[in-house]
Amino acid sequence: MGDNGEFLLKAENLNMFFEIGAASLFSKEKRLLKAVNDVSFSIGRGETFGLVGESGCGKTTVGRTIAKLYRATGGRIIFDGSDITKMTDKEFFPYRRRIQMIFQDPYTSLDPRQPVSEIIGTPLSVHGLVSNRAERDERIKELIHMVGLKEDHINRYPHEFSGGQRQRIGIARALALMPEFIVCDEPISALDVSIQAQIINILSEFQERFKLTYLFISHDLSMVRHISHRVGVMYLGNLVETAEVNELFGNMIHPYTQSLMSSVLIADPAAAKRQSRIILEGDVPSPLNPPSGCHFRTRCRCASDICSCVTPELTDVGSGHMVACHNAD
Amino acid sequence: MSDEQLLDVKNLRTSFLTSGGVVSAVRGISFSVGHGEFIGIVGESGCGKSVTMLSIMRLLAGNASVKADSLFFDGRDLLKLSSKEIRKIHGSDIGMIFQDPMTSLDPLYTIGDQIMEPLKIHKKMTRREARRKAAEMLDMVGISSPGQRLDQYPHEFSGGMRQRAMIAIAMCCDPKLLIADEPTTALDVTIQAQILELMMEMKKKFSTATALITHDLGVIASSCSRVVVMYGGLIMEIGLSEDIFYRPLHPYTNGLLNSITRAGGKERGKLIPIPGSPPDLMNPPVGCPFTARCEYAMRICAEARPSSTYVSENHSAACWLLHAKASGMRSGIARHGR
Repeated sequence: MGDNGEFLLKAENLNMFFEIGAASLFSKEKRLLKAVNDVSFSIGRGETFGLVGESGCGKTTVGRTIAKLYRATGGRIIFDGSDITKMTDKEFFPYRRRIQMIFQDPYTSLDPRQPVSEIIGTPLSVHGLVSNRAERDERIKELIHMVGLKEDHINRYPHEFSGGQRQRIGIARALALMPEFIVCDEPISALDVSIQAQIINILSEFQERFKLTYLFISHDLSMVRHISHRVGVMYLGNLVETAEVNELFGNMIHPYTQSLMSSVLIADPAAAKRQSRIILEGDVPSPLNPPSGCHFRTRCRCASDICSCVTPELTDVGSGHMVACHNAD
Repeated sequence: MSDEQLLDVKNLRTSFLTSGGVVSAVRGISFSVGHGEFIGIVGESGCGKSVTMLSIMRLLAGNASVKADSLFFDGRDLLKLSSKEIRKIHGSDIGMIFQDPMTSLDPLYTIGDQIMEPLKIHKKMTRREARRKAAEMLDMVGISSPGQRLDQYPHEFSGGMRQRAMIAIAMCCDPKLLIADEPTTALDVTIQAQILELMMEMKKKFSTATALITHDLGVIASSCSRVVVMYGGLIMEIGLSEDIFYRPLHPYTNGLLNSITRAGGKERGKLIPIPGSPPDLMNPPVGCPFTARCEYAMRICAEARPSSTYVSENHSAACWLLHAKASGMRSGIARHGR
């Protein structure tokens, strides 16, 4: 779907390295944390690309780098045909309107000292989407209705809302600029089960209505399966597998994907009994000192000698299903 | 009943005095846990599931008032025990695992000290005996080179390992009841599966009764034999796991099941969320707390609280739809159940 010329966003060999302090007081060397290492993918117009992985795998960093909240240390980000990687803030300004973000924690991503009207209204004025006060108020009203809130909510402050309502405000803020692309960074993980479904439904509805493209970052595999068209799996800064959603869930190739999927807890007692788990041994290694070769080899069932010396490349195994594994033939 | 059951709670009511008024967090709930049973308590945040367990453990702050008609654990009335006697039960007869292993371990003591403490206090072990037992426990919960690990501090452990250490502490005195409050919520999926597997293994090995508090229906389905569904400080439904997942009686249970995706089931269909949000327990509704969000709500639902109705020996729900006079209304739910 996203492999032809129709993609809206493409990441090519994206790197995001953070320099962190020296290991000890008496050493000079700075250490590099390779949060995102050589990640490539593309997202088609109107598509939802789900990005999954455990905490610390770099999925959030990918989202933030794409939204230009970080300056990528390597590789290219191409949005609608233009390379936005090296753009200055001034050059990027018109793109900021087109690329928006919804954050994980609705408690910290809204300014507690701004009423809803400011939170949603400020981006409208900054980007010159409204010419006067009346127009601005009209648009705020429209947005607030769209996300299922009421008009008398407009002059309230974030603390007066529940988690689900705050996330709706966050969505209204992102939608205010009529973006084409939204990075949804764990938009539901801080919410209760019954509220999660409400937010997911709003997101799907708006996608259809405004032809939105989403990068949907989550650790909730069943939600990702529900909402995404294509899914990428990350492990320790690397993209290890990506495919169309039914292909990925039906035919997982990478051993990490297999064990990740098998550890999903199915909310169905009979199916849960039938489920055979591939329990991974140990914990995720430190990203400061990842294993050589394939990063997953220390926990992999099928690791062989080649895995420790050669880093596997993401290769197509058929119909756009990409896997980075030496055993994937 | 209280002779056979390990834990028997009747009409438990817990409220908190706050600056804004009295918050009734738990408003009269009754349930029991049998010997060696794995029971799940499920509900959304603020439904009172954690407060219920903390009330039973008498671990709440001074502004809490805990009342109950009876609160029996292993034949003893917990409400009549002095705080000194309660402390004897903590960590020996009742073990507890908390949600966040980062904050529930003391950062200033080694893991070994923290496992050895209950052994020395409750089992009167010497330091040497306790250390040997602690190493054994660490080994049992799957931590490699336990001898070395005993002398490490919590910050040297990863999240999953800390939760394993918590389980070792909770299990070291062979408790009769293990209370696990969201033990897997703070963990990654792969680690979550590891910890749940470990808890089930422990239950098998020691036949410890386990009460698992969670908001995750997936966790419940994979581990519990019986389930308690809570909402707005009340119990909505109690039943065997199969009853709850395949034959839910209460519209709230049904709503919860409809609002999650089930891996392996239908995909990309629209989720059916429960509209609205949970009630404010500062001014709890008079009738059923779910009335405002319930599509089947009748007039009586807002006026009087329904009592538990049993449809089979193990399956009961508190819903007016189960009343004989509402038989015509009931068919609607059956259609929604999967």
